[in-house]
Amino acid sequence: MDSKRAESYPLRRREVVARLLEERGNLLVVSGLGASSWDVTAAGDSPLTFPLWGAMGGAAMIGLGLALAQPERRVLVVTGDGEMLMGLGSLAVIGVKQPANLAIAVLDNERYGETGMQATHTAGPVDLAAMAVGAGFPAVADVFDQAQLDEALPRLRGESGPVLVNIKVRAEELPLALPPKDGVVLKQRFRAALLGPGNPD
Amino acid sequence: MTGEAPESWPKDIHAALSAAGVRQVAYVPDAGLTQIINLCAADRAMESVLLTTEEEGVALLAGAWLGGQRGVLMMQSSGVGNCVNLFSLARVCRFPLLLLVTMRGEAGEMNPWQEPMGRAVPEILRLAETQVFRAEEAGELGETVAEAARAAFEGPAAAAVLIAQSLIGVKSFDE
Repeated sequence: MDSKRAESYPLRRREVVARLLEERGNLLVVSGLGASSWDVTAAGDSPLTFPLWGAMGGAAMIGLGLALAQPERRVLVVTGDGEMLMGLGSLAVIGVKQPANLAIAVLDNERYGETGMQATHTAGPVDLAAMAVGAGFPAVADVFDQAQLDEALPRLRGESGPVLVNIKVRAEELPLALPPKDGVVLKQRFRAALLGPGNPD
Repeated sequence: MTGEAPESWPKDIHAALSAAGVRQVAYVPDAGLTQIINLCAADRAMESVLLTTEEEGVALLAGAWLGGQRGVLMMQSSGVGNCVNLFSLARVCRFPLLLLVTMRGEAGEMNPWQEPMGRAVPEILRLAETQVFRAEEAGELGETVAEAARAAFEGPAAAAVLIAQSLIGVKSFDE
């Protein structure tokens, strides 16, 4: 385990997520528990973002259920390495289903950010992109710098999936940017924005 | 042997799921669910999703509902324990959650390792604020699933149908 190296990674998560979500159009977004949800909120809250405040390990599977229900819409899951590690089996499930419209961006700072920045397994030998390859994802990339991020962005937005891009970002503590906390509100606003006002609950 | 349900209840359950508008079918296999799994897999109106662990299904069905689709999550009783933390997702956001659970650890169980979860399942579900329906008679299963589906999707709320081990047979290790 190298608990220091992530402190000098060049990419900053808030800037990465701002790029992921700029001119998002019809994109449907699910964000994983913790810093990923604060990042998507800092980039601009939207009813078509479903930010998780819990359900750790569930972000990719929520993305799969949404992608299967809405095959004409692009679904982007934005999550962290700790959240993804808790749901590794979902990579296998997604690999079997092969949803062409699902992409996962992992913001890999090699830390559990919400609990005190303890090292995760990716500070050691664990490689989430390699795991996605092993699960049968046809489109996988590692991103360490700006040039690689520029190449990966159109793949996340448009390449036939499932896509997983593991983005190494600097381990840093940032100001909170909190989305609405009420799960019913988050659900209802998402459904109303996607399905129309005749779809309460 | 186990799971060779010779009766019509798997068809009744599939028909009830179909009538309830279920489109996503998430499951971890169980011998007692085999025929329902096969009927759903053959139904072109349904998308079957094989899970690696049951809690994935709670998250999948939340995403399905966000996208406008209804689903069901099927498992054996040992899987209920795996779901516990993810049940909070359904509870906090009031997602509909329809569960079909084949029971182990009941009458005639040959594997004592199944008994703790088998006994705990009804209480775990109640603690997770899930309405529990239990089916003992094969002839009532279709209607029980239809009733649970109404509770889940009209709530929206969490509802589970427990399918008694006496209906699905007892696994034998003597063969």
